[in-house]
Amino acid sequence: MTARLAVPKTYKLYIGGAFPRSESGRSYEVTTPKGGFLANAAWASRKDLRDAVVAARAAVPAWSGATAYNRGQVLYRVAEVMEGRAAQFAEEIAAAEGVSAAKAAAQVAESIDAWVWYAGWADKYVQVAGTGNPVAGPYFNLSVPEPTGVVGVIAPQSAGQQTGGSLLGLVRAVAPALVAGNAVVVVADETRPLSAVSLAEVLATSDVPGGVVNVLTGHPAELAPWLAAHADVNALDLLGAGALDWPALEASAADTLKRVLRPEPGVPDLSLDRILAFTETKTVWHTKSLL
Amino acid sequence: MSKDIQQAGEERRFLDYAPAPESRDIVRLRPSYGLFIDGDWVDGHGAPFTTIDPSTEAPLAEIAVADEADVALAVAAARRAYDKVWSRMPGAERGKYLFRIARLVQERARELAVAESLDNGKPIKESRDVDVPLVAAWFFYYAGWADKLDYAGLGASPRALGVAGQVIPWNFPLLMLAWKIAPALAAGNTVVLKPAETTPLTALLFADICRQAGLPAGVVNIVTGAGETGRALVRAEVDKVAFTGSTAVGREIAKAIAGTEKRATLELGGKAANIVFDDAPIDQAIEGVVNGIFFNQGHVCCAGSRLLVQESIHDELVDRLKQRLTTLRLGSPLDKNTDIGAINSAEQLERIRRLSELGEAEGAERWSAPCAIPEQGFWFAPTIFTNVSTSSTIAREEIFGPVLSVLTFRTPAEAVAKANNTPYGLSAGIWSDKGSKILAVADRLRAGVIWANTFNRFDPASPFGGYKESGYGREGGRHGLTAYLKAGAR
Repeated sequence: MTARLAVPKTYKLYIGGAFPRSESGRSYEVTTPKGGFLANAAWASRKDLRDAVVAARAAVPAWSGATAYNRGQVLYRVAEVMEGRAAQFAEEIAAAEGVSAAKAAAQVAESIDAWVWYAGWADKYVQVAGTGNPVAGPYFNLSVPEPTGVVGVIAPQSAGQQTGGSLLGLVRAVAPALVAGNAVVVVADETRPLSAVSLAEVLATSDVPGGVVNVLTGHPAELAPWLAAHADVNALDLLGAGALDWPALEASAADTLKRVLRPEPGVPDLSLDRILAFTETKTVWHTKSLL
Repeated sequence: MSKDIQQAGEERRFLDYAPAPESRDIVRLRPSYGLFIDGDWVDGHGAPFTTIDPSTEAPLAEIAVADEADVALAVAAARRAYDKVWSRMPGAERGKYLFRIARLVQERARELAVAESLDNGKPIKESRDVDVPLVAAWFFYYAGWADKLDYAGLGASPRALGVAGQVIPWNFPLLMLAWKIAPALAAGNTVVLKPAETTPLTALLFADICRQAGLPAGVVNIVTGAGETGRALVRAEVDKVAFTGSTAVGREIAKAIAGTEKRATLELGGKAANIVFDDAPIDQAIEGVVNGIFFNQGHVCCAGSRLLVQESIHDELVDRLKQRLTTLRLGSPLDKNTDIGAINSAEQLERIRRLSELGEAEGAERWSAPCAIPEQGFWFAPTIFTNVSTSSTIAREEIFGPVLSVLTFRTPAEAVAKANNTPYGLSAGIWSDKGSKILAVADRLRAGVIWANTFNRFDPASPFGGYKESGYGREGGRHGLTAYLKAGAR
């Protein structure tokens, strides 16, 4: 009797809640650190990126219009669904990063906990960042943060980094942008993109509406300039763009006055600042009547 | 309708006010001004220019121009003051300097108001009752923050950024200076500020207030000049750039600092919708619409330049608006009865004329208030365009003048869609007596400042700034303070 032959997964893009291959028909080989074959990932094109931005824009009204309690529950649900697939994520990370099973499992646990942490912020960040303003006049004046809109993210990249974190870096980049109600287009880790596609499968089977998160695998150097220049992207997180010509990306983003976060090495900390970076403060003056 | 307006015009002549000029003797201008660097007046190395009174075109003073080396000198002075004095001073002491400045502004309020109206062309009643009181309020508000930075929201012991390079516009010269300098100093930064080319005088008078306050040398430096000086300041060794002005220049600044560690706050253009519903308190709405677009000759980034009026009340509202505009007095900025002052510069007047002509050419109907235009100086009569389509240039581009474009809507959803149909997102206005409708509409407007049943209100406690291409960062309130701070070491 021969051992059963495993059924490998086709790793595709995640755009508008669906899993298309790249419209370009391109793919690229993903390997273990030692060069062993893992999978062929979709090699997203400029057209795929544009489709992703269209899907993200379409998702903004419903996601940003959902109640904070609802968004919090949806993000928490991501953690729940991830927990159920923890073994699969750990296996994928161990293979892709060449780390021990224990290290891989620890990264998955931290990633799940990051969703829980950010989920809890959904109905609190407004209270922390908003203000009631004692203006000199008969006005009721409040400032509250609101989502910026569509956020483009270059996820942390493994290439050139000593530390792992192909899943954790992605989660810590995407989750904070979602808290306030933004929709995200994320360009995954180029050399270790498989966790990103598996995360997309989690998002698709949790309660996150299609289009709220769009995941592209491929070459950040090819995709980032189009993301930075796209007129319907409101903010650009260059977190993992440190090895790219990121000053040029920032300059390009200036054409439409995007909010830009500059690159950071490694995996970002859990951070309220990352939530607030993709919000706009709205101040409303309500005139009081005479009594 | 036109008969009523004509009649109102005649009544106005009948009720003409006698001249009530504010004395300009309170301002003693020097014939020429240098740069204020490291607590001293120094010569600039660019070719000096003359600042003029836009209502008469008469010269006021000769102004030095800072070249790149002068700017570097100012930044170096600010850096020394930051390292040696200002960053080491306890917050409570920094705050006391700001309280002193607030009081000095109040003491010299009339002088500053007259100087502002002379140099800018705005009516004295606005510089006296709005600009200068807000300047004092801004310093007073931020003075109190200087020793309370732990409560700014960045955790314990937040740090200043260092040296801030600040570039301000000509529409509210001294007020924009206060918006920039007060929070920067309270947070512990030192500054190099460049006032606008056409309105440098009150910033130079402010340098004298710094002297009277005993502010340590180099904490505030004022460099005058045009765009080239501003560019040099953005490129210089500053840690933060704060800019208020056009979206085009804002983009240029964002590009210039790309790839650096410099931070930026950009407060840029706008094309605000002022939405009047059929259940609005109509008398207040008319006053609000007039204030929204004709305050400061419409030289206001957050001006309510697009009037969105519910179709059922369009004719009545426009009719009454025209009657109201007929009673506005255009003339000498120093006359206490003047409602509409001078346009700030020949260049700006040319832009307003060009866009207005374009509005007519694109099919909108133009009406200008019947008022005598003085022979000297730069003037533009309050103007309303009706029958404006959403695609019209005057409905899309910022005119920055006393020109109102009127559009209509039928449902609240249409009003929101039209209001948001712009790359800008600085401000908006809502007029309705129905509170629940105001809350729902305010929720859906993509703008940083929304006025419900009022317009063009400003307060140091209230954050101000835009969405989208109106820029980023906030000025005013706790938010405005954090724009000059970073988290402390953990």
